[in-house]
Amino acid sequence: MKYPKGGRFGEFGGKYIPETLVPAVQELEENYLKFKNDKIFKKELDYYLKQYAGRPTPLYFAKNLTEKIGGAKIYLKREDLLHGGAHKINNTLGQALLAKKMNKKRIIAETGAGQHGVATAMACAALGMKSEVYMGYKDTIRQKLNVFRMNMLGAKVHPVKLGSKTLKDAINEAIRDWITNVENTYYLLGSAVGPHPYPVMVRDFQSVIGEEIKSQMKKLLNKNPDCVIACVGGGSNAIGTFYPLIDSSTEIIGVEAAGKGIKSGLHSATLSAGSKGVLHGMMTYLLQDKEGQITETHSISAGLDYPGVGPEHSYLKDNKRVKYHSATDSEVIDAFLLLTRTEGIIPALESAHAIADAVKVASNHKKSESIVVTLSGRGDKDVEEVQNYLDKNVKN
Amino acid sequence: MSRIKEKFSELAAKKEKALISYIMVGFPNERATLSAVKGLVKGGADIIELGFPFSDPLADGPVIQNASTVSLEKGTKIKKFFQLVKKIRKLTDTPLVLMTYTNILYNKGYSNFISEAKKAGIDGFILPDMSIEESKEYLKAAKGNTDTIFLISPNTTKKRVKEITKVTSGFLYLVAVYGTTGIKTGIKNYTLKAIKDVKKQTQGKIPIGVGFGVSTPEDVKKYISVGVDAVIVGSAFLKLLEKTSQNQIERKITSFTKSLKKQTKI
Repeated sequence: MKYPKGGRFGEFGGKYIPETLVPAVQELEENYLKFKNDKIFKKELDYYLKQYAGRPTPLYFAKNLTEKIGGAKIYLKREDLLHGGAHKINNTLGQALLAKKMNKKRIIAETGAGQHGVATAMACAALGMKSEVYMGYKDTIRQKLNVFRMNMLGAKVHPVKLGSKTLKDAINEAIRDWITNVENTYYLLGSAVGPHPYPVMVRDFQSVIGEEIKSQMKKLLNKNPDCVIACVGGGSNAIGTFYPLIDSSTEIIGVEAAGKGIKSGLHSATLSAGSKGVLHGMMTYLLQDKEGQITETHSISAGLDYPGVGPEHSYLKDNKRVKYHSATDSEVIDAFLLLTRTEGIIPALESAHAIADAVKVASNHKKSESIVVTLSGRGDKDVEEVQNYLDKNVKN
Repeated sequence: MSRIKEKFSELAAKKEKALISYIMVGFPNERATLSAVKGLVKGGADIIELGFPFSDPLADGPVIQNASTVSLEKGTKIKKFFQLVKKIRKLTDTPLVLMTYTNILYNKGYSNFISEAKKAGIDGFILPDMSIEESKEYLKAAKGNTDTIFLISPNTTKKRVKEITKVTSGFLYLVAVYGTTGIKTGIKNYTLKAIKDVKKQTQGKIPIGVGFGVSTPEDVKKYISVGVDAVIVGSAFLKLLEKTSQNQIERKITSFTKSLKKQTKI
């Protein structure tokens, strides 16, 4: 859906927000619409994406992995090679530049795994702005390396000790800060979630991933990939991968976090197991109980540990354009080790969900076919977590 | 005429303004809620807002957040809540307003939830995350059944105040300050200006209530003196409940309510 009318993707999306935020969200939409086609803005953003973040990212043929699985050819879209180590910088540069044009002096953000927080801190440092980042207390422990990075980059990190102490609570606190400081603060949301226009704006800033995949595949094989796969938490790297291919015949697969298994109840597979509801300003699929209370989620990857999902994904699930699969923690660890050992690439645990699914999908596809997997981030931040998991679960 | 509307005309005849009190149901437990309601009624609260907890109360400050968590931990459920409302209805005719978040209603279906609530004795709804753009189904379900109380903020444009007033019934809830509930900032000049502007714009067609950060008799006095029709006190009641033992709740709430209510008589 090109630009969703009233912020609605079918029945999903919208803006369910406290009245105090309405002028801020309207101002944001006006400015976004003004600048998104502004030549100077586009040129500036393009400059930062190329010279600062390192775009375009390579499309790497994973020869060893392909041979090991013995099915379709697997290509990796190397967002892990971007500055900061994840796709998040595509969005933070776009929004930070927009905030600067809007004369906003103070930037706030939420973060799950810390990748969006780091990318916000970097973009703000580069553009000479101050940032404050809300992060669930539980996440500050399991991703403490990223907390150090944010601090060194000059961002102030606020650990959130409320609720489940993860991403959703960080978003709640960021929204409360925004309500309180609405007059001078820009909320730099990190995923394709939240009230309109965030889902569409973040999608647009992340669509550079899918656009590059298209042109790189055209150069390589003179066609679109037969299949693309990306992991889905809030879903920004996925929607950025999918959106430019929505009108093509490419098979599209999103992979959610099945945690300890969907049946165990300990997962974050919103689209696979959720129901419709309203949270964080949007109507979308949610993990909630029969009373409409949001339930606690689980995933080995902090970045996917979220009970909601971007509204456009809900739309794409219902109209069946995209298939949503899931991968368990255990499958993800296997995929993490597999990619590390066969290709010498350490994926983020989030991205390892996409790899885990690609392993299954590739073996069911012909050798002549091609699959592009978006490797949304690198896994340096996760090695301790993986080591702990292995110590506890005697794998290897 | 709705109970809320009736209450405002009854107060107007007595030359009084309304004291609206908020408590979170099930905080710290259901028995305390019943005692608190008795205290509120005895103390002279004109309208009682009952907060129903939501796991992610993003418009609320720490006091109501904590109360929501405790209430959910104590097992507050919708069915039980409606039973409690029925019990309260047997005690008093005071208008009862349910304050919660959109998802609680959406999840059960607006129409279904609202008709159950009405049956139990709820007179109106406040949903801080329900913007008018998304309110079509909600309004349809509420029409002729309950009042729909919308919020406005000091930064709400004149044009929008007009749109919001059109779909608001009961009273218009003016959020006093930029911030979440329970915020302590003192009374701001921009708030006084907003009150003046909104009063001028609405011309007495709908009562205006001010809430968020209103916690003492002095606050009440100040807001009443600049001409609002109602003041809403919430977090201050929860703080009092937090530190009061069960057998003292009714008495303490009565006396605090009286101290606030006194300031609403001109």
